Amino acid sequence: MLAKRIIPCLDIREGQTVKGINFVGLKQVGDPVELGAKYAAEGADELVYLDISASEEGRRTFTDLVSRIAARIDIPFTVGGGISSVEDAGRLLDAGADKVTVNSAAVRNPDLIDAIAAKYGSQFVVAAIDARMIEDRWVVMTHGGKRPTDRELFSWAEELVARGAGEILFTSMDHDGTKNGYPCDSFARLAELPIPIIASGGAGTVDHIADVLTLGRADAALAASIFHYNEIPIPRLKRELNAKGINVRL
Amino acid sequence: MIVVVDYDTGNLRSVADALHRVGADFLLTADPAVLRQADKVILPGVGEASSAMEKLRERGLDTVIPTLTQPVLGICIGLQLMCQSSEEGDAQCMGIFPTRVLRLPTQTLQDERLKVPHVGWNTITDLKTPLFAGVAESSYVYYVHSFAAELCPATIATTDYGCSFSAALAYNNFYGAQFHPEKSGSVGAQIIRNFLKL
Repeated sequence: MLAKRIIPCLDIREGQTVKGINFVGLKQVGDPVELGAKYAAEGADELVYLDISASEEGRRTFTDLVSRIAARIDIPFTVGGGISSVEDAGRLLDAGADKVTVNSAAVRNPDLIDAIAAKYGSQFVVAAIDARMIEDRWVVMTHGGKRPTDRELFSWAEELVARGAGEILFTSMDHDGTKNGYPCDSFARLAELPIPIIASGGAGTVDHIADVLTLGRADAALAASIFHYNEIPIPRLKRELNAKGINVRL
Repeated sequence: MIVVVDYDTGNLRSVADALHRVGADFLLTADPAVLRQADKVILPGVGEASSAMEKLRERGLDTVIPTLTQPVLGICIGLQLMCQSSEEGDAQCMGIFPTRVLRLPTQTLQDERLKVPHVGWNTITDLKTPLFAGVAESSYVYYVHSFAAELCPATIATTDYGCSFSAALAYNNFYGAQFHPEKSGSVGAQIIRNFLKL
């Protein structure tokens, strides 16, 4: 039986792991390759590395980092942050990434999803969506969740599927960093789509993750600080999910 | 010498990295003469079956590979190209394994909808042959695919996803894995080491 996936997310700036609380107030939490290897050994099912470097230099460092991750880590990993062309995606594929995640650039230029999927396959494209509830409507946000767009979550997700996205990674900016849980109703609606859904943003307890994988019918749960600060170690998380009858890889 | 067949179907990098991790020396090539001399041959591949098959034909490898006598391991599309045919692009394949590659079902027998591609960690059961020495029944391995080979007498591991399909195949010196041993953690590394010991 296909297992639900647990995915630690590592934010990288200038080659180092950081974690934002609601995307501000960054704090360093470790060497990216070592941290990734530790999570893989503990039972992480995949890793996501997001480059939040602002500089050219930082982005070059990130490509080198991707090569070092690929050499060391024996589970799949996804990379993202600042991918705005097929060439950017190709450079990361060549460096050894299994998938890329595209966020703001897809909102600006939706054809980018079609182009990357056509060249490298849908399995390579994880479309990330950040959204915020504004007047009872999920408004898609860009630029780290700061800038509202005229797009709505569910119609945008459908469009991304039609354009060739292989998976959708949805973060509620209202929940991210709060540790109050995920918006499970909205995830359950996204689960109607024919591709896997990765739930991100809001996990504070094992129950939150259990809820989004059952009530929210998400295929995977992504989290950062609960792992980085060892609040819920991955082995304990998986044991407790398993005890609740959720199929995970132990 | 271990040879990884380089026929321009995307990412050889992850297979190369996995071989480095188990400490194996290898060569990337599409040269038939080098393939014939190799101790082991690995046929990786991602992408679409009919175009991958065309790339083997362009290099004359579609007729060379079936005549190899050393252990050969096809991974993912590599396995599929070693079957009789694939529904993907209506491809005629190399005909080594006595089975066909079909599109995965989009619903279970109970009419529940299934997501395709089949992405993530799933279990392998009914493990046979030394390829799985030291690998426990129901171990998890990593999959990313939309097509899979039907069960047949050459099936040496089975996975269920809407239907039971061949997770791995073996026929004489030929082996195939539909999953990605190079991305399957310690279980995958064990399978790679087992293949290198054949």
